[in-house]
Amino acid sequence: MKLITTISISIVLLLTIQACGDDETTDRRADVQQEEGLTDFELEHGIGPITERIEIDEEIDQELLTKGRDIYEMKCEMCHNMEGRMVGPELGNVLDRRSPEFVMNFILNPGRMAQDHPEGQKMLREYMTVMPFQNVKEDEARAIVEYLRYYAEHN
Amino acid sequence: MTQIKSNKLRGILLGAGFVAIAAFVFTGCPGQQRMLDTGDAAQKVYVAPGEHDEYYAFFSGGYSGQLSVWGLPSARFLKVIPVFSQDPETGYGYSEETKPLFNTSYGFIPWDDSHHPHISQTDGDADGRWIFINANNTPRIARIDLVTFETKEILELPNTGGNHASSFVTSNTEYVIGGTRFSIPYEQDLDVPIDSYSDEFRGALSFIKVDENSGKMDLEFQIVVPPYNYDLGRAGKGPSADWVFFTTYNTEEAHTMLEVNASRNDKDFIAAVNWRKAAELVANGHGQTAPGEYYHNYYEGNQGYAISEQKNGVTILDTREIDEDFIYYLPTPKSPHGVDVDPTGEYIVGGGKLATVIPVHSFSRMLQAIEDGAVVERIDGIPVLDYDATIAGEVENPGLGPLHTEFDGRGYAYTSVYISSEIVKWSLETFEVVDRIDAYYSIGHLMITGGDTKNPDARYMVGLTKTAKDRYLPTGPKQNHPAQLYDISNDRMELLLDFPTIGEPHYAQAIRADLIKDNVAQIYEMEDNDHPHALTRIADNRVERDGNVVRVFMGSTRSHFRPDNIEGIRVGDTVYFHLTNLEQEWDVVHGIAIKGAQNSEILVAPGQTKTMKWEPNRTGIYPFYCTAFCSALHQEMQGYVRVSAADSDVPLTWRTGTN
Ligand SMILES: [Cu+2]
Repeated sequence: MKLITTISISIVLLLTIQACGDDETTDRRADVQQEEGLTDFELEHGIGPITERIEIDEEIDQELLTKGRDIYEMKCEMCHNMEGRMVGPELGNVLDRRSPEFVMNFILNPGRMAQDHPEGQKMLREYMTVMPFQNVKEDEARAIVEYLRYYAEHN
Repeated sequence: MTQIKSNKLRGILLGAGFVAIAAFVFTGCPGQQRMLDTGDAAQKVYVAPGEHDEYYAFFSGGYSGQLSVWGLPSARFLKVIPVFSQDPETGYGYSEETKPLFNTSYGFIPWDDSHHPHISQTDGDADGRWIFINANNTPRIARIDLVTFETKEILELPNTGGNHASSFVTSNTEYVIGGTRFSIPYEQDLDVPIDSYSDEFRGALSFIKVDENSGKMDLEFQIVVPPYNYDLGRAGKGPSADWVFFTTYNTEEAHTMLEVNASRNDKDFIAAVNWRKAAELVANGHGQTAPGEYYHNYYEGNQGYAISEQKNGVTILDTREIDEDFIYYLPTPKSPHGVDVDPTGEYIVGGGKLATVIPVHSFSRMLQAIEDGAVVERIDGIPVLDYDATIAGEVENPGLGPLHTEFDGRGYAYTSVYISSEIVKWSLETFEVVDRIDAYYSIGHLMITGGDTKNPDARYMVGLTKTAKDRYLPTGPKQNHPAQLYDISNDRMELLLDFPTIGEPHYAQAIRADLIKDNVAQIYEMEDNDHPHALTRIADNRVERDGNVVRVFMGSTRSHFRPDNIEGIRVGDTVYFHLTNLEQEWDVVHGIAIKGAQNSEILVAPGQTKTMKWEPNRTGIYPFYCTAFCSALHQEMQGYVRVSAADSDVPLTWRTGTN
């Protein structure tokens, strides 16, 4: 049963993941060994460029919030609602479910998250599509988190 | 002039002889071809799956009007860049953004004949920033940028018939040149008898200034010259970098049956133009302004619609009216095609189609001849230099119909020879042929990797041949044109590969891949999208009506459009779909097509906005869909438009995601 699931996931991955350079091919092989051996941090906060907890001020940073909202409205809203599922999960309450680092890693490294992270694999089965990378930089992902925090506080 | 026009009869007889021999060669058999051991040849062109070729090669499309891109040595076909012809595959020339590129003073022209691609240069070496290519029929020059591999600019050349001697750049891309193949009355739209040729017709040599930062072209001046056919051109290098050279044929000034009437003179000319001096004359007010309507089409900003600027008037230098000499004629046998300057800038090689030798002029001897006043006559003020004073050597026994020469930078030249269908390698020291190899069949131009520069990277040579005949699986009475790849890294040329091409490549250039590939764009960054009808905030997707004009501001991502249900369109409306691809991943492309559209689809690169015009002429429900297989749910990427009668009052609505 598990084998069949794996095969069907692989097929979906083959169909949806388009970019596959040399590095990723090598990475993927390495990751097969790593699959069960993700670090505790990675299990909780995702695989990607964010490798340690980040400091977040209690107070909302207005500048960051505006920047995050602009990017969200330009690059995320095709597929996400704040309230209710669309192509992807609803995001109004995502920070109740996931850590800010997890959200950032998911934005910054969506292909690997879908492939190699148990939570990403679960979401792939549920939503049947891999989230595309939207050329969001690390500071921009942080800004999106700020907007998501603000939204959660005010709705 | 007597010297030049002597022995007409001999010329005619010789010409007839060539035709007979040509007929024999054309119908002859290939015999045994000379190539490396098959295994060695295969190894030399083998590029493993996933590995990259060492060179980008750019082949002109000839009558396809386009430019094709190949990897060498594998001869992998990479893409067609549409330039002068509409391309329904991408929507180029159909989309509202690209349509203005085809505007000319003769109206919207959806086709042309593209001949000679030339890569921009810095200090005599190809720099990989842009590639220029000429349109031969309705004279134009296009600039393609090698970051996006897209045509960014097309400039029309006024007062020109057949822009064939084009689009070659000078050593630092100061200028790109154009030239009249078919002389015509220089005065705009002059309605005169054709047999007034010698009195009324003139040639024009165009000098187009290239902005060193943006690459934008500007027709700075034209030189008005005697009514010959200006065939090919090349800029000098190193010591001759301030000069450009053009071949002429039809110095007989024939206007009918050129095959015979323009083949009489034993020698025609290479025109040597001191472009720096000409530019100075223009700067110092020696130019006149002549009428000349033309269009200049280009983009401003990162994205948006091409702009069509209508211009009138051009600065000209007329050799009949300027006392100072800035252009010289070098007598050259016979109806020369190519004029090619070796990497040192010293040798100027004429490819005389009907000549029995390959004449090699010396640049330093030419300067000396000018200083010594070795002038045999003047034609319309242009000094004709003494042949013996400029010639450095004549290559004997070059085969029949030498056309075009390139160089390896190791002291050898390679000349394509059309009628005897071969390539001859000869020494620039002894002017003797050292090797020759067959071409299949009837070779036009050839190209050496890294060629026409100060430092050719001469590992491979490509011969562009004109007929395939039996070389590949047959595909009917008309077959695609072949190209052959040769290894020229050793003493002997060796055939490696033979492959069919696209259109009719007249010339090609190849450049080391690392000069281009790291700069190639992977996406259009959304943040930089300055298209006036871009969708940069997803929630702003909408449909707007202004009279009969309806604009759909639409977004696409894997795997839906937004909006995807539209009602309230009426018969008689003009609908513009402004589709912004909201993806930011390399090579994730969406397209759109709608039933009944009298147009092509458009393909939209990640982050790009493109516009499809649609004029529905029947009521009904019109499905539209994404034409690119973009994801596993690609078949779900669709929508509907409802079209009502012209007088209907169905309100304009749009929605996504609420069934
Ligand atoms: Cu699509």
